[in-house]
Amino acid sequence: MPAVQETVDRVRQIDVDQYRYGFETLIESEKAPKGLDEDTVRFISAKKDEPAWMLEWRLEAFRRWQTMAEPTWARVDYPKIDYQDLYYYAAPKQKKALASLDEVDPEILRTYEKLGISLREQEILAGVVRPDSEGAPEERRVAVDAVFDSVSVATTFQAELKKAGVIFMPISHAIREHPDLVKKYLGSVVPTSDNFFATLNSAVFSDGSFVYVPPGVRCPMELSTYFRINEKNTGQFERTLIIADKGAYVSYLEGCTAPQRDENQLHAAVVELIAHDDAEIKYSTVQNWYPGNSEGAGGIYNFVTKRGDCRGRNSKISWTQVETGSAITWKYPSCILRGDNSRGEFYSIAISNGYQQVDSGTKMIHLGKNTTSRIISKGIAAGRSQNTYRGLVSAHRKAIGARNFTACDSLLIGDKCGAHTVPYIETKNSSALFEHEATTSKISEDVLFYCVQRGLSQEEAVGLVVNGFVKDVLQHLPMEFAVEAQKLISISLEGSVG
Amino acid sequence: MSALLEVNNLKVRVEDREILHGLTLTVNKGQVHAIMGPNGSGKSTLSHVIAGKPGYEVTDGEILFEGEDLLAMEPDERAAKGVFLAFQYPVEIPGVATMNFLRTALNAQRKARGEGEMSTPDFLKKVREVCTRLNIPQDMLKRGVNVGFSGGEKKRNEVLQMALFEPSLCILDEMDSGLDIDALRIAADGVNALRTPDRGFVVITHYQRLLNYIIPDVVHVMSNGRVVKSGGKELALELEESGYAQFEDKAA
Repeated sequence: MPAVQETVDRVRQIDVDQYRYGFETLIESEKAPKGLDEDTVRFISAKKDEPAWMLEWRLEAFRRWQTMAEPTWARVDYPKIDYQDLYYYAAPKQKKALASLDEVDPEILRTYEKLGISLREQEILAGVVRPDSEGAPEERRVAVDAVFDSVSVATTFQAELKKAGVIFMPISHAIREHPDLVKKYLGSVVPTSDNFFATLNSAVFSDGSFVYVPPGVRCPMELSTYFRINEKNTGQFERTLIIADKGAYVSYLEGCTAPQRDENQLHAAVVELIAHDDAEIKYSTVQNWYPGNSEGAGGIYNFVTKRGDCRGRNSKISWTQVETGSAITWKYPSCILRGDNSRGEFYSIAISNGYQQVDSGTKMIHLGKNTTSRIISKGIAAGRSQNTYRGLVSAHRKAIGARNFTACDSLLIGDKCGAHTVPYIETKNSSALFEHEATTSKISEDVLFYCVQRGLSQEEAVGLVVNGFVKDVLQHLPMEFAVEAQKLISISLEGSVG
Repeated sequence: MSALLEVNNLKVRVEDREILHGLTLTVNKGQVHAIMGPNGSGKSTLSHVIAGKPGYEVTDGEILFEGEDLLAMEPDERAAKGVFLAFQYPVEIPGVATMNFLRTALNAQRKARGEGEMSTPDFLKKVREVCTRLNIPQDMLKRGVNVGFSGGEKKRNEVLQMALFEPSLCILDEMDSGLDIDALRIAADGVNALRTPDRGFVVITHYQRLLNYIIPDVVHVMSNGRVVKSGGKELALELEESGYAQFEDKAA
């Protein structure tokens, strides 16, 4: 497979410690005053031109948040966050509201170009729509919602998706244009009272993506959101809501990067997925937030609540994540298996290097009959990082015939890192069948020497072995992204040997 | 005949223990040298030091490969220059398809030598040709490197790589261990097909049996970290009769 060769070339080109996406876009922006109080919440809601019910919803969350304490049970260690020392809203300054895509600031377009968003999409972002007759019609396309700090700057292929009946738009627009759907589903999977970070998000979330796929529709293309934090001292609080109605199918990918900065930045997102009868949602993440420098300074604090609700019979939700960035990751994409025969899947690759700390895993909550779940987690720790898998598999009293299979494999590179596995298994009925397998291994000197004897450099050898280790998970990513993820894995592990 | 490999007065330590106490050996192009000797005589250490395995400290002496200082090179550089070690216990690399591994390694070597990558059709053609010769089913190449391979398959995979990479020096570390007679014959035939006037071989083995199939030009007996006797192929037969005990006594 030439992809490995590409990976290897990539590693060669780039110096150790160099985060590819660390540049900053110099652009005028408009911010909310620093700090957080009810006025901040009102400011954000007003900026988004929201209806009264939405503001009320936010304020309620904010009031509750004030009574909550930050969780401390995760195996991560960071200085106390001063929530009054952050900006909760930043938006690229615009002379007027964006009427069409071609009014997007060229500076922002250049940013996305640097981030490798495809040129064809660029053209569409820039408003140069090609006639349909041109180019191969079968070419796989990806519709992109680009979120820059607190606002969505562009969403591509909207017209074409509309033809299929699919709604794909910034959530701020959906609140105005589809209030019934938003009211019905927002907070129905992750309630405003769920946890400290989710509640904070509910109060101050600024943008994110909204997807609704109507009954029986198979979404004609991959949907994707690209998140970029640019501003200093600014938290990004995005909110994503995806609904697959009866018999619908959608595949969604999220990517994220941020500039290199010495101070830490906060990212607290909430993602809610709802799958009705016979529906399927596939959600993939390639997370590459700035991880901090080699001394452990800077980097993103990534405190994310992601949950899917298999609400209908025979529904299916599948999470695939490749986590390479962030100074701290606190993230447990989960599935509530409510509908009978529903299925939840979690495929994860979590890589930590330098001083990164990862506490990530999943929850599979079996409520319906004959529900099944599968967890494949691959943790790779290098440098001085700590990498923890934390997972819960539970079967409710009525979850007759529930089944789970879990495999957690950890790979250690070097002798200063740590890998930890913390599985929780709870079952309240005797017919449930849960299996758990876990392994921890080191990349052996013998394997590295074998590869090096055949002409590979140390770095190439590590890249090859690691790509082999994560193969079971990579194959669950959409093809284009699998190649990207493979490159990312090798880049993340630069400087981890020798 | 010009020298391919010259080992002069080589002394090697592992941690606090000296394993090789001044070993000298010259292999010319076109020759097959067999190194025999009891367990712990330093045979495998010699092969590891030539290939550049970490963990060995050379305290004295030198190794020249085609006149160049081999010890100054990184192990991957040595591979690109044409040093190949067929391992006694080839490792398994799960999730990495053998075909992918072969191609990545071959191109890494070519790149290091400033040659272009081999085109896919040329590569596949070459692999197919070698596989046929070594009786390796193509399906095997889809599997992870050595994962679930039998002893014979692992050794054939080593010979396959030797044939693909075309090294000028091949070191075979106990190629016969764990092989039945048929597997041994196939592997040995593969090696014999690679004998050319430009290429040299160092065949490390306990038993004379392998040397019935790969006929050496020179046989060395190693004991206690030195070469204690060298001779023609008949020396191997002699050893088979009398054993290693005589040399162990001498060395002690």
